Amino acid sequence: MNSIILRVGTRYLCGLLVLFSLYMLIRGHNEPGGGFIGGLIGSTGFVLFALACGTADARNALKIMPQNIAMGGLGIALLAGIFAAFFGDALFTGQWLFINETPDDKGIPISTVLFFDIGVYLVVFGSILSIVFAMEEEI
Amino acid sequence: MTWTLATPLVLPFLTAVLAFLARYGTTGRWFSVAGNAVLLAASILLMARVLDQGVIATQMGGWAAPFGITLVADYLSAVMVIITAITALAVSVYALTDIDVRKEQLGYHALFNILIGGVVGAFLTGDLFNLYVWFEVMLISSFGLLILGGNKDQIDGGIKYVTLNLISTILFLSGIGLLYGMTGTLNMADMARAIDSVENQGLVTVVAMMFMVAFGVKAAVFPLFFWLPAAYHTPAFSVSAVFAGLLTKVGVYALIRMFTLVFDGDVGFTHQILLWVAALTMITGVLGAAAQNDIRKILSFHIVSQIGYMIMGLALFTPLALAGAVFYLVHHIVVKANLFLIAGVAERTAGSTDLNRIGGLYKSAPLLAVLFFIPAFSLAGFPPLSGFWAKYVLVAAAIEIQGWIIAAVALLVGLLTIFSMTKIWAEAFWKPHPEGADPALSQLTPQARRHLLIPIAALAAMTLVIGFSPDPFVTFAKDAAAQLLDPTAYITTVLGGEA
Repeated sequence: MNSIILRVGTRYLCGLLVLFSLYMLIRGHNEPGGGFIGGLIGSTGFVLFALACGTADARNALKIMPQNIAMGGLGIALLAGIFAAFFGDALFTGQWLFINETPDDKGIPISTVLFFDIGVYLVVFGSILSIVFAMEEEI
Repeated sequence: MTWTLATPLVLPFLTAVLAFLARYGTTGRWFSVAGNAVLLAASILLMARVLDQGVIATQMGGWAAPFGITLVADYLSAVMVIITAITALAVSVYALTDIDVRKEQLGYHALFNILIGGVVGAFLTGDLFNLYVWFEVMLISSFGLLILGGNKDQIDGGIKYVTLNLISTILFLSGIGLLYGMTGTLNMADMARAIDSVENQGLVTVVAMMFMVAFGVKAAVFPLFFWLPAAYHTPAFSVSAVFAGLLTKVGVYALIRMFTLVFDGDVGFTHQILLWVAALTMITGVLGAAAQNDIRKILSFHIVSQIGYMIMGLALFTPLALAGAVFYLVHHIVVKANLFLIAGVAERTAGSTDLNRIGGLYKSAPLLAVLFFIPAFSLAGFPPLSGFWAKYVLVAAAIEIQGWIIAAVALLVGLLTIFSMTKIWAEAFWKPHPEGADPALSQLTPQARRHLLIPIAALAAMTLVIGFSPDPFVTFAKDAAAQLLDPTAYITTVLGGEA
């Protein structure tokens, strides 16, 4: 599709969608949201990009092949699950680190759960994009 | 301790990631081989622990059952994981030569290992919804493998495969929903306990039938098998070998698990249907094979026919019959995967798998002929190869409870299987090559010969070991059957002591 309105709109929307997807990813920690839905939203940004400017440009903008993103995400999610082994817990048991923890404040929590979610985000993001790009290029 | 169960599940996915990231170049394929070798070691460790303790379970993420997802292994699960690892290792070595660079770059090794991960997950999970997830993982990765490289036949077979399997998955998912509504749990052990107190037992039987159809499609039983012969002869030989060995057997495993653990309330009804299904599956499969003229198509129909034997073991529902089914599963995976691998070598040397266009393999490739003879006639049930003992146990179990008809069907189908195997033998091996070619193994490079023949020889050796010393295997199968028929240990282990 060659439409200047869509192209200009995409320039703003793509960034917004990716930003919003990151927000959803982090928000998913305690409220509705998370890696899966975040990955879906993030991928729509680049799907829109591909529709407006073609897949070649979208692939350029993405820099990394979507398949690699997906598999890298799978790796991150797995490592987050395996991490529990170092502490003698069962697979996928969440491990927590609280930065600046005080008796009445938990500080900044960093956990393997978050990394697992980031992995899921990348898997969804990457696989959706590899499918959509492949289909766009077929047509 | 808990990691004995988790390791075989995690390894294939790690292997997949590494193999994918290294898919350009030769390291990817070696990651696959190494990963599957480690998987085999891990599953042997798992087996040792299961033999020691009976049933072992672990709760993922430390969430106690029935709320979290449980990984659990009893004798049946453990032996299935080992046999999966053996097949995966053999096929990944075979793939070193069989899979070309283009397919590797499209991610063959990653898909293959994800498939293995899905299979292992299905064998180890103790949670019904998680089982569904593993079925999906298998479906998606196997679809990818099936159409990888994308010629027209492959897409055609792939579409049939994925459509029918999606229907099965939807039925499975609806069944899970209904069961969850009735029992309030997804943990299979907890479900086994809760299902007896459901008021409307008629509805339970209805749901049981939904599961029977869903798993029946996966296992390719009559009349739901037709996707299998349509799809299995199209992809690369490594792919069809691992499909033929493992995929349908996951359906059989799920049937055995659900119809011994959860749906054992109305055995007179459900298992009677299974018995009919078993008989018809055996017969249609073997007749379908008789009409084919391509090695892979013949073998595909024989998968269907052989599934019938396993279902027969489940349907008879006696300790001996279930032991027969377990024994048959193990024997069949080794033999069937091997036959597809051999078909690949036959194509490489003689130029085709169409029986009208090849021949002369006995004269020019006697080693291949010997390697074919072992699994083929084991499949047909020649004594003293492994298939003979598998059939012997099942037929003995049928006669024990006066199931004359099913025993007769099993014997007759065995006879017809010999006919099919003899056909391949006579056409591909004995008759001279129609174009006068001399399809010798020396056409292959020494490296290709190593990659192709070592896994075949190893699997054939396994068939011989099972055949010549069946005692420990039968004893093991009997123990596995005893566990299946009395799931108390399974339930207490999963639920942590409170039965």
